[in-house]
Amino acid sequence: MSVKVRIPTPLQKLTGGQAEVSIEAADIQELINKLESQYGGIKDRLCDESGKVRRFVNVYLNEEDIRFLKQESTTLKAGDEVSIVPAIAGG
Amino acid sequence: MSYMKCLKSKGTGREYPKEALYVCEYDFSPLEASYDYAAIKKNLTREKIEKGPRSLWRYRDLLPIDGEPTVGLHSGFTPLVRARLLAEELGVKELYIKDDSVCHPTWSFKDRVVSVALTRAKELGFTTVACASTGNLANSVSAHGAKAGLERYIFIPYDLERGKVLGSLVYNPNVVAVRGNYDDVNRLCSEIASRYHWGFVNVNLRPYYSEGSKTMGFEIIEQLGWKAPKHVVIPAASGSLITKIWKAFKEFEQLEFIEGGLNTSIHCAQPEGCSPIATAILEKSEHVLPVKPYTIAKSLAIGNPADGYYAKDVIEASGGSAAIVNDDEIREGIRLLARTEGIFTETAGGVTVASAKKLIERGSIPRDESIVLAITGNGLKTQEAIQDSVGEPTMIEPSLQSFEEKLKPVRDI
Repeated sequence: MSVKVRIPTPLQKLTGGQAEVSIEAADIQELINKLESQYGGIKDRLCDESGKVRRFVNVYLNEEDIRFLKQESTTLKAGDEVSIVPAIAGG
Repeated sequence: MSYMKCLKSKGTGREYPKEALYVCEYDFSPLEASYDYAAIKKNLTREKIEKGPRSLWRYRDLLPIDGEPTVGLHSGFTPLVRARLLAEELGVKELYIKDDSVCHPTWSFKDRVVSVALTRAKELGFTTVACASTGNLANSVSAHGAKAGLERYIFIPYDLERGKVLGSLVYNPNVVAVRGNYDDVNRLCSEIASRYHWGFVNVNLRPYYSEGSKTMGFEIIEQLGWKAPKHVVIPAASGSLITKIWKAFKEFEQLEFIEGGLNTSIHCAQPEGCSPIATAILEKSEHVLPVKPYTIAKSLAIGNPADGYYAKDVIEASGGSAAIVNDDEIREGIRLLARTEGIFTETAGGVTVASAKKLIERGSIPRDESIVLAITGNGLKTQEAIQDSVGEPTMIEPSLQSFEEKLKPVRDI
């Protein structure tokens, strides 16, 4: 199950400048672990000490924030798009 | 002469150059402008501020720009109004309205943040600026950007109040209505921001932009005769205004500008259909959980507040509280402020007035202590919200007889 992952600018140094990468994963947790094995150091940026996605990181599956789904256990299917987006200010 | 040293991560404390950067690469926490306070303390006095321009730029030494201000030279320094009739109605002794419903030129506190953001945008060499907005910011970037000669892209949710849409269109920017809520717009904009070399005021210029909100706090203290109020009630969308008014108070405390020191509690006001920060405070929850907004207070309809955690920290550290008010209470808040103080505020202001009422009735704000309400926007922009609850004019024929029959006025002569 290959999903497309959009990488935010601050993390593109770790992905060799790639703004988009493809990852095989069954859920968000596995996706983060696979990202880490390919782009060492990325998990530390995305997750806190307990392994949960940091509070200033928003992860979207297609158009939905995973906090409205099953958080890190949210399952993925082929063709899904995952976006990692830093929280930004209000307006 | 600039006292801004660098940008600093609020999470890790790491330092970054003062460029168009906005998140810490290590923990994604926001970056914030950092100043040389020792140098400021040596050079800045209350007298110097008092002699400054009658705009937010009187606090220029505490704002994140390098050169001279170029945008918003008439923004800020709005009235602080002693609200005697509203105080009587609410049963309190000392009440003030910080009235940003008359901020120049687009009638909301966003004229403060945009003045700083666009001055900085020009310093950093941007020729195109953009924003994600619930309306007020859209109006402000549209207007200030027009005068500054900048290309503008304004992203808004598709279902905003007509007054806020028109209030952007008239300045002729590119207005883009996104089929989604503000959080969707925000997310899209952070992706657009990474592709285009634009100055997004609330994305890559956020560290500069957000500092502009401090000036509302500076003015409150200066206009109270260099005294801090005991309570401030502030509406929350992203939570940024709460954190920046608090930062302003702390900076003035550090500079020893406050007579009698700082002993202020900050209170958070949110609408029932979108209250992630207030809910976390009232439920003493560790987490600020995002929600799907549904409220007439569209300028506060941010379900995933970027500064939610920091705003909650400020409320707790200052000994403040929070209130959540429903749509009817918001409408009544708007009418109450209008009929007692002659100030017509938008829905966010209705949230603030109604929340203050609730906090006072609940005992979270004692009746004999000084209170400031942060009124952040103008009611003419959100007319839909109250059009059915302000009544209709009395219709008469153009004759004295008709006038006296319908109105039955008391004879004066």
